[in-house]
Amino acid sequence: MSVLRTAPRPPAAPHMDEGPADRPPDPNPRRGTETAPAARAGLRGWTAHVVPPLVLLTVILAAWEAAVRAFGIPFYILPAPSRIAGVLVTDRALLFGEAAVTLGEVMLGFAIAFVVGVVLALLIFSSRTVERAVYPLVIASQTVPVFAIAPLLVVWFGYGTVSKVVMAALIVFFPIVVNTVDGLRAADPDMVNLLVILGARPAAIVRRVRIPAALPFVFSGTRIAVATSVIGAVIGEWVGSTRGLGYLMIHANAQLHVDLVFAVIVYLSVMATALFWTVSLVEWAALPWRRAGTAGQGGV
Amino acid sequence: MAAALEIRDLKKRFWHNGGWLDVLAGVSLHVAPGEFVTLVGPSGCGKSTVCNIVAGLVRPDGGTVAVWGESPPARSAATGGAGAGRVAYMQQKDLLLPWRTVLDNAVLGLEIQGTPRAAARAEARAMLRRFGLDGFGGAYPATLSGGMRQRVALVRTLLCRRDLLVLDEPFGALDAMTRGAMQGYLLRLREEFDRTVLLITHDVEEAVLLSDRVYVMAARPGRIRAERRLDLPRPRRSTDPGVVAEKAALLDLLHADMAEAFA
Repeated sequence: MSVLRTAPRPPAAPHMDEGPADRPPDPNPRRGTETAPAARAGLRGWTAHVVPPLVLLTVILAAWEAAVRAFGIPFYILPAPSRIAGVLVTDRALLFGEAAVTLGEVMLGFAIAFVVGVVLALLIFSSRTVERAVYPLVIASQTVPVFAIAPLLVVWFGYGTVSKVVMAALIVFFPIVVNTVDGLRAADPDMVNLLVILGARPAAIVRRVRIPAALPFVFSGTRIAVATSVIGAVIGEWVGSTRGLGYLMIHANAQLHVDLVFAVIVYLSVMATALFWTVSLVEWAALPWRRAGTAGQGGV
Repeated sequence: MAAALEIRDLKKRFWHNGGWLDVLAGVSLHVAPGEFVTLVGPSGCGKSTVCNIVAGLVRPDGGTVAVWGESPPARSAATGGAGAGRVAYMQQKDLLLPWRTVLDNAVLGLEIQGTPRAAARAEARAMLRRFGLDGFGGAYPATLSGGMRQRVALVRTLLCRRDLLVLDEPFGALDAMTRGAMQGYLLRLREEFDRTVLLITHDVEEAVLLSDRVYVMAARPGRIRAERRLDLPRPRRSTDPGVVAEKAALLDLLHADMAEAFA
């Protein structure tokens, strides 16, 4: 051990040799040599993720189509995928209009729940009293099925947009609060101490350490929440409304327009998936440091 | 002139497994301005507790700590610690904030002190250059090697503009070669930046190569066993006869203590 160690060199030498891993040969050593294979691996990974589900989906749809044709199943029991595709085209104006209504409810409900949820999480985190008073109730509230109170919400807030926004918000609220509280608590206590030693006040510590450390948690809560919030809005529309995809679905079902029901389902799942990926994209853009460790050199 | 650091009769005990564990039983030491002092001792002897008390993270049960002649202010809710903000403190963990770039990590202390952003960044850039980190200002810590991360932590510590540096095994997690280079950087603190340093380590060689004076701690309960002044010429090499002799002397002191503890 002491054989390997050389005595400290005089202070004049600005670049000490610290072994191959540590020598800075040029300002951006990793960029030139390693992004190309990394990008290729990324592309390969991407196709590897996309191709198998697409193949499986095609097989399922083909089997479905074949079964409907072979057994002569009527469209009001189970429409063939080709018929659903036809409805998606011919009724696109109707579907798009109702989808816009539902998406509006989802986004508004989500936005309200996000703001209220994050603020409440900060309060729960910073005050023991608030935590003791509020947190058990927040958790207990989750034992009440949102579907059970949907009719009540319609009674209270009417057939319009408000009752659906509240439904969506209620579903989103819980994962946002719980994940944000967990995230705020997840910060490395030594990093918090570092800020204390540097003389930072509690608010500065929350801003510089707690919140950045919580963001990955907030994003994973949000990803789950945003996809399920679509369910909230649709339930609200089922129970009582005059517009939206849920309303369209109930009516189409009552008139045995099962092909239209399926078209609505396609819209709903596309909407939920798109929301999920939108959050993922925002996370990717907002947290560049999360990619830093894995991008160039396989993590440190 | 007041001592940079004056610790008198420091006592601390922790509740552990249903009984009080005496961690520090009256530790006294001092560091003169401009001096490089090392506290060496076996693991578990309470070295880090001394550091944490000096840094203001832990309250002592007895004794006094004065930094530049001032006793710590009363514990306040604002800082949460007794002496927070008085010393620059560096630990074995680099504690770089992963969401900040190297440059933004380096300016953290200045930022908290309220230095204007442009000035802080200019100062940090200059310091990063001197520590061989030119061109890495925009990199995230996760992309750096262990030695580079510790150098960033060292730059951040230096930029706090505190004259007393407390370094708690800052290179404990590094490999031998990287450590050697880092010790070279540490020497520059003294020679170029004129900082006063209290270094905590369990590495006797590190202590002898760097220090003006060494305190040897004994464990359970933690106390100062010996103090040695090292009047060896610099730069020192690990093979210098004087260095070898001092290492042997320090190891004897440590081993005597271990033998006592396990007798």
